[in-house]
Amino acid sequence: MKSTVVKLGLATASAVFIALSVNPAGAQNAGKNKADAKAKAAAPAPLPTGGGGGAAYPQRPPAPADVRARGEALYKAECGFCHGDDARGGDMGANLIRSQIVLNDDEGERIAPVLTRGEGVEGTMMPKFSFNQNQIADLAGFLHSFRVNGYDGSRNRPETIVVGNAQAGQAFFGQRCGSCHSATGDLKGIGTRITDARTLQQRWINPSAGGRGVTTRPTTVTVTMNGQKIEGNLLRIDDFTVTLTQADGRQRTIRRDGDNPKVELKDPYAPHKELYTVYTDTNIHDVTAYLVTLK
Amino acid sequence: MKLLFVLTAGLAFAQVDSKLLLQPLGDSWPSYSGDYSGKRYSSLKQVTKANVKNLTLGWTMRITPGALANNAIIGGEGDGTVTFGGGNSIKGAVLQVDGTLYVSTPDNAWAIDARDGRILWHYFWKTRGATHIGNRGMAMYGNWLFFETPDNYLVSLDARTGAERWHKQIAPFEEQYFSTPAPIVIDNHVIVGTGNDLDEPGILQSFDPETGAVQWKFYSVPQTANDPAVKTWMNLDAAKHGGGQMWVPGVYDPETQLYIVGTGNPSPAYTGVARGEGDNLYTCSTVAINVDTGKLVWYYQSSPHDTHDADSSQTPILVDGDFNGRPRKMVLTAARNGYFFALDRVTGQHLRTLKYSDGVNWAKEINANGQPVRDPVKDHHIGGSLVSPANSGITNWPPPAYSPDTGLFYVPQNDNFAMYYLTETDPRGAMGLGGKEEQGVGSLGSYITAIDYKTGKIAWRHRFPGTNGGGAMGLMTTAAGLLFGGDLGGNIVAYDAANGKTLWHSHIGQVSNAPETYMLDGHQYLLVAAGDTLFAFTLY
Repeated sequence: MKSTVVKLGLATASAVFIALSVNPAGAQNAGKNKADAKAKAAAPAPLPTGGGGGAAYPQRPPAPADVRARGEALYKAECGFCHGDDARGGDMGANLIRSQIVLNDDEGERIAPVLTRGEGVEGTMMPKFSFNQNQIADLAGFLHSFRVNGYDGSRNRPETIVVGNAQAGQAFFGQRCGSCHSATGDLKGIGTRITDARTLQQRWINPSAGGRGVTTRPTTVTVTMNGQKIEGNLLRIDDFTVTLTQADGRQRTIRRDGDNPKVELKDPYAPHKELYTVYTDTNIHDVTAYLVTLK
Repeated sequence: MKLLFVLTAGLAFAQVDSKLLLQPLGDSWPSYSGDYSGKRYSSLKQVTKANVKNLTLGWTMRITPGALANNAIIGGEGDGTVTFGGGNSIKGAVLQVDGTLYVSTPDNAWAIDARDGRILWHYFWKTRGATHIGNRGMAMYGNWLFFETPDNYLVSLDARTGAERWHKQIAPFEEQYFSTPAPIVIDNHVIVGTGNDLDEPGILQSFDPETGAVQWKFYSVPQTANDPAVKTWMNLDAAKHGGGQMWVPGVYDPETQLYIVGTGNPSPAYTGVARGEGDNLYTCSTVAINVDTGKLVWYYQSSPHDTHDADSSQTPILVDGDFNGRPRKMVLTAARNGYFFALDRVTGQHLRTLKYSDGVNWAKEINANGQPVRDPVKDHHIGGSLVSPANSGITNWPPPAYSPDTGLFYVPQNDNFAMYYLTETDPRGAMGLGGKEEQGVGSLGSYITAIDYKTGKIAWRHRFPGTNGGGAMGLMTTAAGLLFGGDLGGNIVAYDAANGKTLWHSHIGQVSNAPETYMLDGHQYLLVAAGDTLFAFTLY
């Protein structure tokens, strides 16, 4: 039975880890330093207001450096062969970072029976070890130093997303893109202007998705009312109103009743979306491989 | 008779009993879907196609979450140092029982006077943390309310006062669970699901409504080596970390005593190599569980070996009707993966599959059992793989509806696409939702889609105007031939359930839950939430 003692880290420690947290839902699971919990109990915390932020699963306060160092050395000598030096598992042993035993462990008390009593883990070849209590606490200190997060950050990123064939990309470009775009015209130097290949790829697939420093062309609207045409850039539309920005910058909202008045939208990027169900991933990769060469 | 106390407790305060919960949806709204069938089809007919245009705003009420609002009753296991957003958006069901509304958001619960929107009490839960993404509502039994907290407690309150009766842990916070579902009361069971984005198993539990004792636990993935489903995983360890969260409430068939619920994606979600090449049962499935024993009776997997976090935890709907010339007891589901399924709910036998979103491209074929077969080319790619649906799915938690009058199944649909980049080249893959980065490229359009299960065809689609799409909220239909739902433009809209024609609307801001209806003092009400504000419309 788990203790009901509050297990979050010190308020100050939490704040530090919030600042370090890359993902708001991230950070490691609850720290359980009992001394911290006692110290905190002395000063009543202010009542939360319901807004604000916080680490969803606060990182554990790290064990002392010497504990972690001893734990790491022991782990690498005795455990890493099966469980991987990064504790993410291997052919023989399970991933220990997501292990329910490790996640629920404080200072080795749940890890110990698996190691020393030969209980092992069902369905595995886990052998018995004769570690003493201090060694197990060291191992726990090391294992609890890993970051645990369902939004697992990538550790071994590919160097580039460019995997296609530039020549094939040029051919596809000529067939499908050439009626609107030109390598010597609007796309001249695109590979220099957008240096990140993934950004370039996302942008050519759907330019209206925008991005930093990108000006996208608006969808235009033509409303035909009483024989008159009202034109502008689309701001919003639903079944009941359409709002457009007119040439003088003023917004105008027009009531809609079914097909009256007639509303026509022109999305300059519609041809890009039409390709979603036409081209293959290979086509996409090839076109990107071609566009990055347009220096 | 275990419910006798309910019947003898007097009339001073109306309570929820099995009889009320078993009634077709009408005067009250006593559970997540209003009744056990999941249809969200109300028998009320006072509001008609002819007079719906006269709906009038009765009241609005804006909630204020947090410990300082409305003299909140304070509970919780947290120490008060961590606070989270999310408490100011109503993203679930509101119960209506005898003139009182029961509303919840993450860490907050309220009782509200249904006649004027006045707050009767407010309960606030001091959290330990966890993902605060939403709360789908409360359950009621007798005088007792039940709701789940993000940090994984089932809390029971006295509906009359908001006083806490007890709270029980649902799942370990240390394993990074978080809980969003609305509990479902069936007889003397409180059925409770939960959620997790790390690699921990999906758990459905039954609690005793009086004592809070656990009656049974059902895991959606194997926990022991002798489970026959282990062979669909790399090994037992992979299965025990295989996900399959049941984060949307299921439905209940009293004839078969089956609780039918959708299970979530396998985990790790995207880099599935460590799960093995098998189907990863019982993830991305519709599962039927005996409500008294917690044992699996049948299953149907709608995404074998899913690789896109396309969980199948959408609300199923129980329909009795004709299928290929013979009467059938069915369960219908429109899944996040873009496919609609009709099953025999007694046996789990597959009856029909319909791809209801044309652009969906993650599957290469449909097998003999009606299951879409994943195309490994579309898993993800270092160079990016263009996949529909995007992560949010063709549909998601917002509930569908079904009308026995039209025979149509109504579902909010979004034809979205995204590029999925493989960003973790470690052959062991990643944990949880890691290992890929998804970058959206927009939508080809969003709709309310009406599916005719008998023909397997789309009867009609109502496209939301515009050049892009978005996720619309849930739906509700009535015996007067109306269909209600929020659109993408901040309107609550009444449609003709026969053809999707708009009949009435009010611009209230982005609708954040599925609309509901009930009777009060002889008048039919329409209740809907837009973020932190409830709107009650009625005919005077």
